[in-house]
Amino acid sequence: MAAARLLRAVAPRFRGLESLGKAAPRTSQLSSRLYGTLLAPEANPPADPNAINEKLITEPLKHSDFFNVKELFSLKDLFDARVHLGHKEGCRHRFMEPYIFGCRLEQDIIDLDQTVKHLQLALNFTAHVAYRKGIILFVSRNRQFGHLVEVTAKDCGEYAHTRYWQGGLLTNAHVQYGSGIRLPDLIIFISTLNNVFEPHVAVRDAAKMNIPTVGVVDTNCNPSIITYPIPGNDDSPLAVELYCKLFKMTITRAKNKRKQMEVLYGLQNKAESG
Amino acid sequence: MAVAVRRVLRASRSWRAALGGQERWRAETLRLICTTTAVQKRNVPASGPEKYTEAFIKKQIEEFNLGKRHLANMMGEDPETFTQEDIDKAIAYLFPSGLFEKRARPVMKHPNDIFPKQRAMQWGEDHRPFHFLFYTGKQSFYSLMHEIYGKMLDIQKYQDQLKAQDLDEKKQINLIGSRWLIKEELEEMLVEKLSDHDYSLCIRLLERLVTLPCCGIEEEYVLKFRKELDTQLKKVVIEPLQYDDQGVAFSTGEGKRKTSRATVIVYDNGNGKITVNGIDYLHYFPVIQDREQLMFPFQFLGRLGKHNMVCTVLGGGSSSQAGAIRLASARALCSFVTENEAEFMRQAGLLTYDPRNKERKKPGQEGARRKFTWKKR
Repeated sequence: MAAARLLRAVAPRFRGLESLGKAAPRTSQLSSRLYGTLLAPEANPPADPNAINEKLITEPLKHSDFFNVKELFSLKDLFDARVHLGHKEGCRHRFMEPYIFGCRLEQDIIDLDQTVKHLQLALNFTAHVAYRKGIILFVSRNRQFGHLVEVTAKDCGEYAHTRYWQGGLLTNAHVQYGSGIRLPDLIIFISTLNNVFEPHVAVRDAAKMNIPTVGVVDTNCNPSIITYPIPGNDDSPLAVELYCKLFKMTITRAKNKRKQMEVLYGLQNKAESG
Repeated sequence: MAVAVRRVLRASRSWRAALGGQERWRAETLRLICTTTAVQKRNVPASGPEKYTEAFIKKQIEEFNLGKRHLANMMGEDPETFTQEDIDKAIAYLFPSGLFEKRARPVMKHPNDIFPKQRAMQWGEDHRPFHFLFYTGKQSFYSLMHEIYGKMLDIQKYQDQLKAQDLDEKKQINLIGSRWLIKEELEEMLVEKLSDHDYSLCIRLLERLVTLPCCGIEEEYVLKFRKELDTQLKKVVIEPLQYDDQGVAFSTGEGKRKTSRATVIVYDNGNGKITVNGIDYLHYFPVIQDREQLMFPFQFLGRLGKHNMVCTVLGGGSSSQAGAIRLASARALCSFVTENEAEFMRQAGLLTYDPRNKERKKPGQEGARRKFTWKKR
């Protein structure tokens, strides 16, 4: 429910993204980034070619779990991948206390029921973003899994950044890359901390640039600015491999669904006009 | 330009009236010279380095090929077989330049050599970047690191497979006679700027890959980053022995030392007689040190009394003449001797020209090194 509400609020920006052939949407995209989603101008009244686009975009929003991400994993899978294991009691972050089930022999245990709910929301959101052809950026500064994250991103057809984060990559993009750059529409954090146990700079920068974030937060991380936090272990190889597998499956599923819907609506339109 | 001048003159009408007659035209001419087009263009931001579009480069290549054919026709050569060397010679002939800086002289080269390699557009029509590491900023460098690490993982998997089958093969890469690419060459390969730290990380990763036991499977990938060292095999051409009328083998050699020049003919089947400029060596070189220098090559090879020598030497003093004859005789003896012994002679320093010369006197000093007497006050 909350997800659908959030998506509807965010929808005007994505509508601007869709009709990219015209001059206006680029400015609308920029202005929405700078001044907030509410100021994004109304989309053009749907002409015949755009009627399909409208249907394509609004159709998934009518279902709560259009891409059926609930079937991708179960609580047992999370337990087997040791997602519930947190850090020691001394490393606990204050804002993670609601997500912690308890503490055993000074090690925090994360509440997997909450994790399941958060993970479903997050996967649903990424699926919707991928369905609307958004740019997804995977970020992780954990050197142990850098290669794995890059490979996952490559297989999805999305983007990754597991290296040293230069200061102005998001906030100073026009100087860094050149004008006419399109920033990521979603940033997924496999590990929210950088190598000195501080929050990754991209968390703050994404919040500044109004880019929604999905992130796996461990018991020593700060979940406050992340849009869709996923409380869970980010240090075990099994857990990280599970997350990468889940994200890859959702993104590929969403993209395939998009192709299917385009074909479906194209055929329907032809049948109506013919 | 004219508009600017007119504007300036109209504004200065009152000022002109105030001036006297003679100074007026001088001031006007001053005004005319100072006004340029640069003054008109204001608030124009400085443009970055020129970006060459693909269409532009294509046009340049067409023009180059056309120009090449014209040049070939001009020089009377066949346009089909006109190589870059011929172009360079033709341009040097048609446009002789006395400039010392070679890079300032007229040049006609393929546009790919002249225009620096630039990146094509990084994103498509939908503005999605092509490369999956685009948002890192250094996409080619990081994709290279990603590839090398991937190769390392492949090698480790292969090693594990072999171990599972209880085989123990080791395939190392031969790195002798080659060096890693330097930073500039790597930058050229990636078309991207690198920092020293990045370059050292890349080389360290490659070194780590090379230390794995079974790295031979990725040999050709690693060799892309190795460059052959310039093999300076100093193959001194050894003259074959010549035979004179009586069938005695002889050989000639030339030697230099300081300002002396010596030519020497070494004969076989001799008794150790040495003639210098028609004079016996005992009389020509009274000092024993010089005679020892003459002796050295023969003593080193163990052929002291077996050769005769006839030398002519000009210039220099006694010591330098002796040194010149020593070098000349050593070179001549190479023909009589096996390659191994010649290598021993080279390592002993008998075949190396002694480059030491009189050091020049510097101004402000009494000699080459001696300074004037230092007085405290």
